Amino acid sequence: MSDRPTITAYLYDGSFDGLLCCIFTAIAEKESPADILPENAAQPSLCPPRYIPTDSVHASRVRNSIPKKISSEALYWVENGFLSCLENKERVILDFLRKGYKKGPSITRMLQDETVFCLHKAVQFVDNETHLLKGFIRFAQRNGALTAIISPKNQVLPRLAPHFVQRYPEETFLIYDDTHGMVLTYWNHKCMILPADSIDMPALDEQEAQYEALWKRFYDTIAIEGRYNPRCRMTHCPKRYWHNMTEFCDLSHSSQSLLLPKSNSAASRMISLSKPNQQKDYYC
Amino acid sequence: MDLMEKLTILSDAAKYDAACTSSGVDKAPAAGGIGSASACGICHSFAADGRCISLLKVLLSNACAYNCQYCVNRATNDTPRATFTSRELADLTIQFYRRNYIEGLFLSSGILKNPDYTCERMLEVLRILRNEYRFYGYIHVKAIPGADPILIQKMGLLADRMSVNIELPSERSLNTLAPNKSKAAILAPMGLIRNGIEENCTDLIKYRHAPRFAPAGQSTQMIIGATPESDLQILNLTEALYRKYSLKRVFFSAYMPVVESSLLPSRETKPPLLREHRLYQADWLLRFYGFEARELLDDAHPNFNPFLDPKCNWAVNHLEQFPVEVNRASYETLLRVPGIGVRSAKRIIAARRLGSLNEAALKKIGVVLKRAQYFILCNGKQPDGARLRSDNMIQAVLSDKAAHLLASARGEQLSLFSDPRLLTREEVAKCLTGQL
Repeated sequence: MSDRPTITAYLYDGSFDGLLCCIFTAIAEKESPADILPENAAQPSLCPPRYIPTDSVHASRVRNSIPKKISSEALYWVENGFLSCLENKERVILDFLRKGYKKGPSITRMLQDETVFCLHKAVQFVDNETHLLKGFIRFAQRNGALTAIISPKNQVLPRLAPHFVQRYPEETFLIYDDTHGMVLTYWNHKCMILPADSIDMPALDEQEAQYEALWKRFYDTIAIEGRYNPRCRMTHCPKRYWHNMTEFCDLSHSSQSLLLPKSNSAASRMISLSKPNQQKDYYC
Repeated sequence: MDLMEKLTILSDAAKYDAACTSSGVDKAPAAGGIGSASACGICHSFAADGRCISLLKVLLSNACAYNCQYCVNRATNDTPRATFTSRELADLTIQFYRRNYIEGLFLSSGILKNPDYTCERMLEVLRILRNEYRFYGYIHVKAIPGADPILIQKMGLLADRMSVNIELPSERSLNTLAPNKSKAAILAPMGLIRNGIEENCTDLIKYRHAPRFAPAGQSTQMIIGATPESDLQILNLTEALYRKYSLKRVFFSAYMPVVESSLLPSRETKPPLLREHRLYQADWLLRFYGFEARELLDDAHPNFNPFLDPKCNWAVNHLEQFPVEVNRASYETLLRVPGIGVRSAKRIIAARRLGSLNEAALKKIGVVLKRAQYFILCNGKQPDGARLRSDNMIQAVLSDKAAHLLASARGEQLSLFSDPRLLTREEVAKCLTGQL
């Protein structure tokens, strides 16, 4: 399959289905685009842009073809590669699928190949970060609901959702990803992931400060002084997670309404989500 | 006494227990419950000593009736005592669990009055958690040696993992330092738990809903460095425990001098952390790499080399088995190459079906070439780093005197093979004390 290299940059709407449509177009037209970009990331460049509209029929054709012609593991790679923070992940996924359609299920074993290796690393990063955050997320009870803030490098919310839904089936909880402006809510046994550039959180519940203090005391007591090893701790729990973890936060700071302004509507049990397109104003 | 004070005393008393794993079982809650467990285990935080915090590790009580010399909670030690009520501890566990601070509970206890009474108090905590709160998270519970078998059986049905600490690596040490414990008393509950797990496996085949007995298996722990046993004795014991009692893990805990006693090393002794590390490395070799204790150590070398990990040490002493051709060697052979682990060995097997592997490919697969390069061939070629180069060769052919001059002239270059007789522990000790 010799693909015609073009200098066109494909633009898509930023969704996974949008990317699958770009892949559909590239393969159907035997074209190798110079770049594939979500439309909000597009910058003026030498490559003339071409907008690829999202078509659910095309997307599902590509999606169904992957487990059929390659393997279900390859679909897992593509889905997770899309969630990763890999630069030009769209191009890597396109190249990976091209090779995959040719080679079949063995493609995920061919780590010698540069593209496969690159995607493999990205998928591994998503897996690892998801696993770490399953432990490092700290909930605080606000108005009866559990709330947490995370700042991951990859978009891990879709991966974290099944874990926490399974773990706390009777709770109401919310996880806010402030890197990507996404929020995961679980309420009334229903789970949703929504875009949110900022959120208003109600104040902490009364007994919250007590449990935070107990946890910090436990954390400080459990370490054995004679084995003090800060390097080892940093290896296992990288510092970029610390600012969201109760045990590393200053008590007085975390007992206040965390980072975010208080909600006006105290009656609302859930946290109000602001309108999209609002400027992000913290942790930029 | 308020909860904060109790938690401080009882977690401080429990911190010398090494095991804090939450692995070995996959569980989801039934409707209306809370909590799950994942087979790989989840670490929730890391303490300042770099050890993982995954479970709420506390004692139910540190008011212990026994007087084990090495233990901070021994009856004659002057230390503040506290006891949780069952409800208090269960509430605390649930509240911590809801906030995702912990993966579950690790419950141990000093001997309150007698083993049976202690066991009943612990069972009450488990009952509240499992039956009242419908808690499906991880629970690791210590079986109390000397308790009634029925109580141990009940514990096993509520907990995920059980453990009995073997405490010290030999019966003689146990008699000296822990006069209230005996080998038989420790091994008896271990045997009970093993039998419970085995019976439960056959029950599960017959009845799908049979209650599960300690589904995450059992583990044990021993203290290293408080008594004079050699690494070989410890490793032999470890191997025997894995074979006889089908343990999931054996934990080693470097001895921390906490109490002054004429029977123990002095309080100034540094904990033997490197020795503990070497033992863990060897433990992995036993469990996942197909090694046997007698291959790693023998009577001539009863202790591990402090400078090389056990696998590297084994490899440099068995150079006749190397180099191996990565494109053809069997899985078992690959596992024995330093720098190749379980994952990379499996990946090599899968990847080489699709094309031959060279040095660059091995690097991508995750092989640590720094160590592996001396022991492998890729398509009959030795990796570049390991090949004989002019500077190595010059060093090799020079006379001792000239080599010494050269080394002092340009700073010594360390090489894996420059001196086949590696420093022994005694020599290092001599160096440190200035005798050599």
